Amino acid sequence: MRDARTWHPPAPPGGTMGEPGARGRFGDYGGRYAPESLVQACREVEEAFREAWRDPGFRGTLAGLLAEHAGRPTPLTPARRLSEALGVRLYLKREDLTHTGSHKINNVLGQALLATRMGRRRLIAETGAGQHGVATATAAALLGLDATVFMGERDIERQSLNVFRMRMLGAEVVPVTSGSRTLKDATSEAMRHWVGMTADSHYCIGSVIGPDPYPWMVKEFQRVIGDEARGQFAAELRTGVPDLVVACVGGGSNAAGTFAGFADTTARLVGVEAAGGAGAARGRVGVLHGCRSLFLQDGDGQIVEARSIAAGLDYPGVGPEHAHLRDLGRARYVTVTDEEAVGAAVRLARTEGIVPALESAHALAWVIRAAGGGELPAGSTVLMTLSGRGDKDVATFKELL
Amino acid sequence: MTEPTTLAAGAVELHLRARRDAGRGLLMPYLTGGVTPGWTDHLRAFAAAGADAIEIGLPFSDPTLDGVTIQQSSEVALARGASTRRILAGLSGLPDLGVPLVASTYYNLVLHDGPEAFCAALRRAGVDGLIVADLPVHEADELAEVAAGAGVELVLLASPVTPQDRLAEIAARSRGFVYAVSLMGTTGERAALAASAAELTGRIRQVTDRPVLLGFGISTPDQAREARRHADGVVVGAAVMRRVRDGAGPDDLRAYLTTLRQALDQECDPPP
Repeated sequence: MRDARTWHPPAPPGGTMGEPGARGRFGDYGGRYAPESLVQACREVEEAFREAWRDPGFRGTLAGLLAEHAGRPTPLTPARRLSEALGVRLYLKREDLTHTGSHKINNVLGQALLATRMGRRRLIAETGAGQHGVATATAAALLGLDATVFMGERDIERQSLNVFRMRMLGAEVVPVTSGSRTLKDATSEAMRHWVGMTADSHYCIGSVIGPDPYPWMVKEFQRVIGDEARGQFAAELRTGVPDLVVACVGGGSNAAGTFAGFADTTARLVGVEAAGGAGAARGRVGVLHGCRSLFLQDGDGQIVEARSIAAGLDYPGVGPEHAHLRDLGRARYVTVTDEEAVGAAVRLARTEGIVPALESAHALAWVIRAAGGGELPAGSTVLMTLSGRGDKDVATFKELL
Repeated sequence: MTEPTTLAAGAVELHLRARRDAGRGLLMPYLTGGVTPGWTDHLRAFAAAGADAIEIGLPFSDPTLDGVTIQQSSEVALARGASTRRILAGLSGLPDLGVPLVASTYYNLVLHDGPEAFCAALRRAGVDGLIVADLPVHEADELAEVAAGAGVELVLLASPVTPQDRLAEIAARSRGFVYAVSLMGTTGERAALAASAAELTGRIRQVTDRPVLLGFGISTPDQAREARRHADGVVVGAAVMRRVRDGAGPDDLRAYLTTLRQALDQECDPPP
């Protein structure tokens, strides 16, 4: 391990969640491990994003869409009754109140606007539970683009209402029958499809994964969560920042966006993974879907299927910047079980009148456990991103409760 | 081109250059390792049909550059328990087929044991070349150096949208041959050779005299003949794997590849 007497350079810029280093790197992770046929398309997305993100006109248009269409800013809600029971001060960043019901819309509006700027007429997306697919279908309808959404056959069976919702919004939903027929395979199929369609289509990746510039770009589009919360906290608390910032992590987009607002503060960052999909906590270095990061693998190097009651956490890896934050020790990654998540969802429903998405319930489950186990000193201030609303999970809750 | 790479060329490149320079159209059939119990017999059939190199797929759970046929053959092989280690053990037990073996896979499998151990294992199994579908030239440093040290020729791929300056870098840094991806898409059979194939191979010719093999969507004698007009030879994968899926044995594969061999032999005018 580290020898305290030797000099170590200060944490690289990645530790404060800025732009990636050369060749799209967050420490050793990230990069652009794309088939040669997709490299040019990735370059074009990077150039367009770099230019757009510097352009106040683009930023203004996006801010307008986020306000008028998506309902931003979202409130910061003190969870009063639950806080009292836990002995901490818990605040919820309410991404569940955005249009379409989850933080996914933040990223999708950004990418859809970028696609328009690049002259692309069609969005390609992968989806697991359907939240990113619905958000993509929504943004496409709003901006007059076509949308093709790839979804595993098993997820289509589990989430038939979201499939109908996407079709109602005018999107084409393509069932994916390969592999485990879930999110991982839908992502592979979307990439295959993009190879043949790069001239007129933009691949709208839903999380902080994929080849450079996607992990960076998606984080930037989600940064609005953390930036808003930072401002809201400054107004709410004398200390200005919470002691702890907590978010659930599948690929890790809502966590990346939340952490980005606090990476340069004293707040401790905690990412909560599903026990059956813990890329950051239990993954091993590898390359999948265009980036080097941490992935669940078997003894031969084959990617293992993730299993979680929360379809949005059903990805067998984690975004490269999370892997980097883990290595730096800047963020900590923990896991909770399906049962803990369901219990936390019920508790939030009954104490605060909010039914959270099963994904978000994972973050809450860890807060409850940490507060009960003495890991959180009494009176700690905690920000938790409530990434989505639980409507999509009502059928699952009904089966279990 | 007078770059020193010719002098340093490895077994794959020397073999392919010699055959090309003798006027022969090059044929590299592909087989997913471990896809059937007797899969190594297929390799013998490939050699007997006049293959100039043989590509052996090390199956990966998430083959993002492969179309349905090779996705399925990868799934079948993995379900049968295929792994890098077992496939290489199968190759180690083969007599010399007289043509170089080229492994193809995805980068995750290379990283699993690390590039050093992976390349050393290839060499022990008698594999001379390596294709990694998701390792573009700008990410290749880590593996290229290790592969060169181990005596494994790392083949790089070029695509129809690769800009010319990048194409020059790919051609200079590729070992064995340059793999020209004929079209913007995944592996799999197509009705006709893509128009982009001729344009791409023409652009590669401007920057290297290394052998150029065209792959993706080449499955019929007519397509092979046409491809030969532009490139030094062809890679045939999905068309082989479809036949394997449908129950073809070594004799059937040999008969099929012989039709391609004959087509390539008929068209022996050097490319323009």
